[in-house]
Amino acid sequence: MQAEQISIFIENKAGRISDVTGILSANGVNIRALAVADTSDFGVLRLIVDNNAKAEESLKNAGFTVRKTKVVAVKVEDRPGGLHNILEILKQARINVEYMYAFIQQSGDKAIMIFRFDQTEEAIKILTEKGITVVDGSTLCTL
Amino acid sequence: MIFDIEYETMPREALEAIQLKRLQATLSRVYATVPFYRKKLDDAGILPGDVKTLKDLHKIPFTTKQDLRDNYPFGMFAAPMANVVRIHASSGTTGQPTVVGYTARDIDTWAGLMARSLSAAGASRGDIIHNAYGYGLFTGGLGVHYGAEKLGASVIPVSGGNTKRQVIIMKDFKPTILTATPSYTLHLAEAAEEMGVSFKDLHFKAGIFGAEPWSEDMRLEIERKLDLNAIDIYGLSEVMGPGVSVECAEAKKGLHIFEDHFIPEIINPDTGEALPYGETGELVFTTITKEAFPIIRYRTRDITTLNPEPCICGRTHVRMKKVSGRTDDMLIIRGVNVFPSQIESVLMQVQEVEPHYQLIVDRKDNLDTLTVRVEIGEKLFSDEVKKLQELEQRISKDIKETLGVSAKVQLAEPKTIARSEGKAARVIDNRKK
Repeated sequence: MQAEQISIFIENKAGRISDVTGILSANGVNIRALAVADTSDFGVLRLIVDNNAKAEESLKNAGFTVRKTKVVAVKVEDRPGGLHNILEILKQARINVEYMYAFIQQSGDKAIMIFRFDQTEEAIKILTEKGITVVDGSTLCTL
Repeated sequence: MIFDIEYETMPREALEAIQLKRLQATLSRVYATVPFYRKKLDDAGILPGDVKTLKDLHKIPFTTKQDLRDNYPFGMFAAPMANVVRIHASSGTTGQPTVVGYTARDIDTWAGLMARSLSAAGASRGDIIHNAYGYGLFTGGLGVHYGAEKLGASVIPVSGGNTKRQVIIMKDFKPTILTATPSYTLHLAEAAEEMGVSFKDLHFKAGIFGAEPWSEDMRLEIERKLDLNAIDIYGLSEVMGPGVSVECAEAKKGLHIFEDHFIPEIINPDTGEALPYGETGELVFTTITKEAFPIIRYRTRDITTLNPEPCICGRTHVRMKKVSGRTDDMLIIRGVNVFPSQIESVLMQVQEVEPHYQLIVDRKDNLDTLTVRVEIGEKLFSDEVKKLQELEQRISKDIKETLGVSAKVQLAEPKTIARSEGKAARVIDNRKK
């Protein structure tokens, strides 16, 4: 039920993200979700794409440091308290959210959030038990 | 293996007798043929005949890089151009290039010294030498080349650059000895890895690395990555080129200086006072067999120590410690002396870090700042910013603890720090501008 995210190390300088998107575009890779974590001198670009293998290969060939990370895609009720409900469940289970960001596309009346947990398997188990829908990687790419 | 048993294992007394004789001949020669030396000796009130013991050498003034520049290009030559068969020039890493010349006999002497050096590293007739030192004005390429031929080994004159082709040659020609600068060697290792070629499957037994200072930790890294015995070689064009001194494969503890051709001294770089064996200071050389470009008490600016203890390899020639830095690449940061090699050592202890780094020194509000750029490899890359920042802080702390200087560590994308085909540009000092 896990999904795979591509993480890329980028220096904080003009044009670096466009270098990444340029490579993906040239290789026909579609970006489904994107988040940037940054400091004053570097950042980590996190991407959900429709073709991980191709994205990884083409970026590595271009000299980027790339890494695949296990994340969890979770369906969130698109209403006040929707996200809070999920975070409460995780809090009770003492699972830490390393980071999270929103998926661009909606799935019906639900939004999709991408989570990185400190205990991935445990998080999936708890959320599923509580009736929260976890979207697996292959489905995510086809949304 | 010892190439020249007679001279390399000569008892010290006999060696010193030869040194004195050759020194006296060299002094007479430069006094007669090079106006620069004649003036220098006259000004100091010394005649070549006043040098009666090796110790008397201390009375003679030093020669500096600036003297060579002042006499650019051929002013220091002691042989007529008609007898000069080769001209080299220093890479000019730290300013205007300096020009040196060789007679046919000098070239033969040099080839002999390089044959000794290759032999000390374990090479012999039958070995294939992949020579990735640059061919050209730089002495590295041709120096190794002539030595390899003198030794009777097969030499591949591949020179620097075209790294992918080099990897293919290493795979197909099966060379057994690699000669290159340490930084280019790491570049080769990186290229091989990208091409899916493992050095474990290649046939190298030893590598002879020099032309830039490299740390003991860098040696371990190279030996691990390339699966070979890494030997340090030292030389500089002003004195001869590569083959002034070399480590023996037996001990790998200090580089034997070929004292039947060069007289080394260690001096206090501030006062010029000669220091005894065992003390650390600036290395000074006098050549005693060269014809076209003899040099007297040349200040190399390299920092090292001389060790006269007998070596297990049988050579009687004094050993110099691996060069720890140069007086001119020593950085003074907020009053603390910092050698790039010290930072390199710290970085090498951090397992995940790639051995590519650069030091940037700036002055902001009259305060020196040091930034250490380190490339981040896949092993190290975490997609959590927190972990990357922790890594930066850990390196910064290690540098502070080891060197006593604060540094800002900056992770850099792979291959963004310039790889030179020859010497690595490790330091950018913006304070000089």
